[in-house]
Amino acid sequence: MLRFLVRRSLLVLPSLLGLLVLTFVLMRVVPSDPAAALAGETASAQQIEQIRVKYGFDRPLPEQFVIYLGQMARGDLGISVFSNRPVAQDIGYALPATIELTFCALLLAALIGIPLGTLAAVWHNSPLDHAIRMLTVAGLAVAGFWLAIMLQLLFAMDLGWLPLRGRLASTLTAPPDISGLFLVDSLLAGRFDLFGNALSHLAMPAFTLAVPGIATIARFTRAGVLETMQKDFVAYETAVGYAPARLVAIYVLRNSVVAAVTQIGLLFGALISSAVAVERIYDWPGIGSYAVTAILNLDYNAILAVTLTVGIIYAVVNILVDLAHGLIDPRVAEQM
Amino acid sequence: MSQPILTVEGLRVSIRGDEGAAQVLDAIDLTIPRGRIVGVVGESGCGKSTLIRAVLGILPANAAIERGTLSFEGRDLRALSGAELSRDIRGSAIGFIPQDPFLALNPVFKIGTQLLEIMRGRTLAGLESESDKRTHLIGLLRAVQIPDPADALERYPHQFSGGQRQRLLIAGALACRPRLLVADEPTTALDVTTQMQILDLLKRLVAERALSMLFVTHDFGVVAQLCDEISVIYAGQTVESGPTAAILDRPHHPYTRLLIGCHPDRAEDLVGIPGAVPSPRDPPPGCRFHPRCPERRAECTRLPPTAADGARRVACWLHAAS
Repeated sequence: MLRFLVRRSLLVLPSLLGLLVLTFVLMRVVPSDPAAALAGETASAQQIEQIRVKYGFDRPLPEQFVIYLGQMARGDLGISVFSNRPVAQDIGYALPATIELTFCALLLAALIGIPLGTLAAVWHNSPLDHAIRMLTVAGLAVAGFWLAIMLQLLFAMDLGWLPLRGRLASTLTAPPDISGLFLVDSLLAGRFDLFGNALSHLAMPAFTLAVPGIATIARFTRAGVLETMQKDFVAYETAVGYAPARLVAIYVLRNSVVAAVTQIGLLFGALISSAVAVERIYDWPGIGSYAVTAILNLDYNAILAVTLTVGIIYAVVNILVDLAHGLIDPRVAEQM
Repeated sequence: MSQPILTVEGLRVSIRGDEGAAQVLDAIDLTIPRGRIVGVVGESGCGKSTLIRAVLGILPANAAIERGTLSFEGRDLRALSGAELSRDIRGSAIGFIPQDPFLALNPVFKIGTQLLEIMRGRTLAGLESESDKRTHLIGLLRAVQIPDPADALERYPHQFSGGQRQRLLIAGALACRPRLLVADEPTTALDVTTQMQILDLLKRLVAERALSMLFVTHDFGVVAQLCDEISVIYAGQTVESGPTAAILDRPHHPYTRLLIGCHPDRAEDLVGIPGAVPSPRDPPPGCRFHPRCPERRAECTRLPPTAADGARRVACWLHAAS
C-alpha cells in the first residue's frame, strides 16, 4: 500500500514538470508584452525596459525557466505583479475556497448521481429511466455560466432564498482560520450562524458545478448496476432470499460504482475548469477567480502557480480514486 | 405415508420473447418424499434451471406459470406473494446451492457478511443476536469442513479454492435450517476428486440433518452415487421417474435408455442420440421426444398418459395401459 502510494506520487512529478514547461512556453508565445502591461499605458520605452530587466523578461526562455525552477525548489513561487504579494500567499487564501466549493460539488454529484443512476437501472426502460436519461443529457449539455445566472435570477433575485454571491455575508467576519474551509472552521469555532451563512452561499455555486457531474455519475452508475445485475452472484443472492432493496443498495451497488468512481477522478479536471467561470459569476474568491485575474493581467508567476496547484490537486484526486478502488474491491487492494 | 415435502404436478412455464412465447416447461411432475434425495436428470436446455427457478419463485419477469401445481409442505407456492417467498421460502425453508462456486459469491464482500445476510430478517430459534448467528455460522463451516472457520468469515471469496467455495455455499444453504435443499448441478464446475468429496458431504449432511434434496444434474454417474430417486426430463416434460437403481438397471422410456447409453461409464459403444433437443418455441406435438425416438408410433403425437408401476412412473405410449 505504502509502496503503491510512493510509486504513484513519484510518477506525478514528470507530469507536473511537463505541465510547467507547457504553460511556461505558451505564456511566452502569446503576442503580448508583460513588461508593457505592468508599466502601464503612460510608461516610456525606457521604463518598460527597466521593468523587463527587473523581472528577468530580457533573458533567454530556457534561462528564465531554470531560474523559475530554482526559485520553486526553494519554495518561492515569486511575487504576483498584480497583487504585489507573494503568489504562495495568494494561493494559500484562494485554494481552500476552491477546495470547499469543488469538494461540495463532488459530494452533491455523488449523492444525487448514484441514487439516480441506480433507480434508472433498477427500473430500466421505464418512464422513470427515460426521464432520468433526459435529465442527464440536459445536465451534460447545459452551459455552467448560463445555469449560474438562471439560478441567481430565480433563487437570489426573484425568491430571495439564497445570497447572490460571495462566500459569506459582508456583515460577518470569517471564522478563525484553521483549515481555510469556512464550513469546517465555523463548526470548530462553534459558530453555527456562520456555518449556516457559509452553507447558503455555497449552495448555488456548488450545485452549478455539480450538475454535469450528477449527469456523468448517474450514467456510469446506471450502466454499472445494469451490468452487475446480470452477474451470477446476484441470481444467487436472489435465490437465497436477500431482501431486494438491500440486495440492490448494498450488494449490487458496491460492485457497480467502480466506473463511476473513476469518473469522479476525471470529472475533477472538468470541475476545476468550469470553476473558473462559476467562481467568477458567483464572486467566489477561489483559484478560478484568481486565475482569471492573473491571466487578464499577464501575471506570469500567478498563472504558473495556479497551473501547478491545479495539476497537483488533479494528481492527488486521482491517487485518492485509486485508493478508493482498493477500498471498494479487496482484490484491487491486494495488488497495491 | 407422510406427505411429500415438494410436489410438482403438470407444471407448464412459458417465456415470452421477441419471437413469441416458448413453453420451456410443458408437463413436469416431480415428487420429493421427506428425507429423500431426488435427482432431476436431463440434457442442457431441457428446462432444469427453469424448474428450479419456478420452485424458488425467481422466474424472470417475462416468464409465467401457465398451469400446474407447486406445493411445498402442503403450501401452494403459487399463491404466495413475492415478499412471502423472499422471506419464508427462499434461503430459509428451501436452501439453495448454485452451480458455479466461482461466480456465485459476491467478490467484494466478506464471506461472513454474505452468510449473515442470508439469515437477516428471518426468525431462527435461539439465534437472535448477531453473535449467536456468528457462532451458528462457525458451527456450519465446521460441518462443511472449512479449516479455521472463524477466520474464514473474515475472508473474501477469491481467497478460497473452488471446492472450499462450494462448501461455503453449502453452509449458506444450511444457514436458516431449511427443510429442503435445492442444488443446481453443484459439482459441474469442480474437478473430479473435489466433486466426489462434495457429493459425500451433501449425502452426509442430508442424512444427519433429516433434510430432503432436489438435485439437478445431467450426469447419471453423479445421480447413481447420490440420489435415492430419479426424475428424467426431456424438453420440459417429465418422461420417467422412480428409484435410482431400478431406473438405471431397467429404464422404461426410450429416452432414458438412450441417455444412460450416452454415459461413458456405462456405454459399451458410446452412442449419441440422433437429432437435437427441439426448440421450446415450436415443439413437436405430444411426446416431445418422438421425432428422435427409435420406437415411435403413430399415437406419439398425442401426450402419453403416465403409467404407474409401484414407485415408478413412465410417460410413454409403449407402457400405456392398453
